[in-house]
Amino acid sequence: MLLVVEQFLNGLQFGLLLFLLAAGLTLVFGIMDFVNLAHGSLYMMGAYFAATFVVWTDSFVLGCVLALGATLLLGILLEFVALRHLYNRDHLDHVLATFGLILFFNDAVRLIWGPAGLALPLPPWLTVPFQIMPGVYYPAYRLAIIVVALAVALLLYFVVMRTRIGMLIRAGASNREMIGALGINIKLLYTLVFGLGAALAGLAGLMQAPILTVQIGMGENILILAFVIIVIGGIGSIRGAFLAAIFVGMIDTLGRAFLPDLLRQVLSSTAASTAAPALSSMLIYLLMAIVLVVRPEGLFPAGRR
Amino acid sequence: MKVPLNARTIIVALVVAGLLLLPVYTTLSGNVFGLTLFTRIIIYALAAASLNLIMGYGGMMSFGHAAYLGIGGYAVGILAHEGIGSGFIQWPVALAASALFALVIGALSLRTRGVYFIMITLAFAQMAYYVASGLARYGGDDGLTIYKRSDFGGLIDLSNRVQFYYLCLGCLLGGIYLIWRIVNSRFGMVVQGLRSNERRMQAIGFPVNRYRLVCFVISGTICGLAGALLANNTDFVSPAAMYWTRSGDLMVMVILGGMGSLFGPVLGTIAFLLLEEALSQFTEYWALIMGPLLLLIVLFARGGIDGMLGRVRRG
Repeated sequence: MLLVVEQFLNGLQFGLLLFLLAAGLTLVFGIMDFVNLAHGSLYMMGAYFAATFVVWTDSFVLGCVLALGATLLLGILLEFVALRHLYNRDHLDHVLATFGLILFFNDAVRLIWGPAGLALPLPPWLTVPFQIMPGVYYPAYRLAIIVVALAVALLLYFVVMRTRIGMLIRAGASNREMIGALGINIKLLYTLVFGLGAALAGLAGLMQAPILTVQIGMGENILILAFVIIVIGGIGSIRGAFLAAIFVGMIDTLGRAFLPDLLRQVLSSTAASTAAPALSSMLIYLLMAIVLVVRPEGLFPAGRR
Repeated sequence: MKVPLNARTIIVALVVAGLLLLPVYTTLSGNVFGLTLFTRIIIYALAAASLNLIMGYGGMMSFGHAAYLGIGGYAVGILAHEGIGSGFIQWPVALAASALFALVIGALSLRTRGVYFIMITLAFAQMAYYVASGLARYGGDDGLTIYKRSDFGGLIDLSNRVQFYYLCLGCLLGGIYLIWRIVNSRFGMVVQGLRSNERRMQAIGFPVNRYRLVCFVISGTICGLAGALLANNTDFVSPAAMYWTRSGDLMVMVILGGMGSLFGPVLGTIAFLLLEEALSQFTEYWALIMGPLLLLIVLFARGGIDGMLGRVRRG
C-alpha cells in the first residue's frame, strides 16, 4: 500500500514534468507550425544553468530563478538568430536545422562544463520527508515539483484562455495572415511564444536536475517521451498534452515498478526478470500504437486549420 | 536509355570509378585506413539510398531508419552468438527481420502524415533501441561482439578487406540499380504520384496506403542489408547503431546529397562522413562546427549537392 501510494505520486510527478516539456513543444508547434527537436537541448541547458547558478549564488531558489531567466533568454536568442528564418520552410527543414542545433548544444556543453555529469545538491529544507498521510512519508522535493508544475499548468491555462496575450496567441494559431493584417506584430508574438516554450523546458530541466544527474544528452530521451505525449494527446492541444503526460508518466513509472512482480506471477522468475525491463520500456510505445490505431489524430486533436 | 552529358553525370561517373578503383590505390600505398573508412562510407551510402527511396521519392519522412541498421546487425550478431555462422542463413534472416519490422511499424505509422509520421517513426525506432538495450543475453547496453564474420562457404571471404569492400560496393550498386528500376516502374510512378498529390491518386482509385507500405517495407529491407554489412564491418553490434541521432545522420546524408536523386545519397554520405572525419582530426568538438553547418545548409543550400550540380528540380 505504501509502495503503491509512493509510486503513484512518482508517476504523477514524472507526468507533470513531462507536461512542462510537452506543453512548450505543442505550443510552438500548434501556433508557429514549427517542429523543434532542440527543445530537449533547452531542457538540458536549464539543468546546466541551474547547477551553475545555484553554486554561484549559494541559494537554491535564486539560482533556479536565474537559470529560468537564462533559458528564456537563450530561447529568444535562438529564435531571433536562426529559427525565425525557417518558419515558412517545410517540416523536414525544421527537423534538420534543429538536429544540427542538438549536435551544437551537446558539444558546447561538453566544451564548457566538461564531459562528466554535474550534481545539483538540494538545500536541507527540501530534503526532509514530508508526511502526506499518517505513516506515509514522501520526499518534500518531489512534492514541491508536483505543486510547482500544477501551478504552472494552471497559470498556462489562465494565460492562454483568459488574457489578451493568450487571445492573440490563439488567434495567431488559427489564422496567421489575418492577425497580421489586424496590426498585431506577429514576429514579436512568435518570439514570445518560443521564449515561453523554452522557459517551460528549462523549468522541467532544472526541477529534474536534483533527482537525476545533470548530463549531456539528458534532454534527448525525455524529448522522445514528449513526442509520444503530443502524438497521443493530439498535436497543438495543451489539454491533450496535459492528460497524455499524466497518463504516460503514470504508465511508465507504475510499469517499471510493478511489471516485474506481475510477470513473475505468470512466467518463471528468470524469464520475468529478462522480459520485464524490455517490456516496461516498450509499454508507452505500445500505448501510442494503440492510440494511433483507434484515433490517428490523437485523443484530443486541436481544431483543424 | 540516353544519359545526358553534364556536370552531374560526369561527377557521378568519376565517383563510381573512384570507388571501383580505390582498393587498387590502397593496396599499392598500404593505406588500410582509407579502405576501412570507405567500406563504412559505402555501407552508410546503401542505408541512405534506401532512406531516399521513401523520403525522396515516396515523401515519407522516416526519422527511425537506423532501427533497420540495428535489426540487420543484431540478426547477424545473435545468430553468430548462437553458433549459426553461415551467411546463407544470417543474411536472409536479417532481411526478413527488417522487412517484418518495417511491415508492422509501417502499417501503424502510415495511418498518419507529416509531423506525426516523423515523430512516430522516431518513437518506434527508439523503442527498438530500448529493447536491444534490454537484451541481457546479447550484451544489453554494451553491445555484442561478433567473433566470426558471416561465412559464405568458399564463395567469398568477408575477413579479406578487399573482398569485403567489393561485396559492399556490389550491394550498393545493386541497391541503387534496384531503386532505379523501382522508381521507373509503374509502382514507382504511383508512389511518386502519392508524394505529389495524394488526394488525386486516391480519386483515380489507387489503394494509397498499400502502395506506401510496400515501398516502406522495401526500403527497410534494403537498410537491413546495410545493417548486416555494418555488423560484419565492425565485428560488433550495439544498441547505439539504432540510436536516434544515427537516424538523424542518415537523414542529413540524404538531404545533403539531394533528395529524390538516384546518386545524391551516395554523394551526401561521402561528403558527410569525410567532413566528420576531417573535423574530428582537427578538433575533438567536431559537432560544434557540424551543427551550425547543418543549419546553414538547410538555410542556404536547398537541393543538396545534387541540386548544386545543376539539376532542374522537379515539383
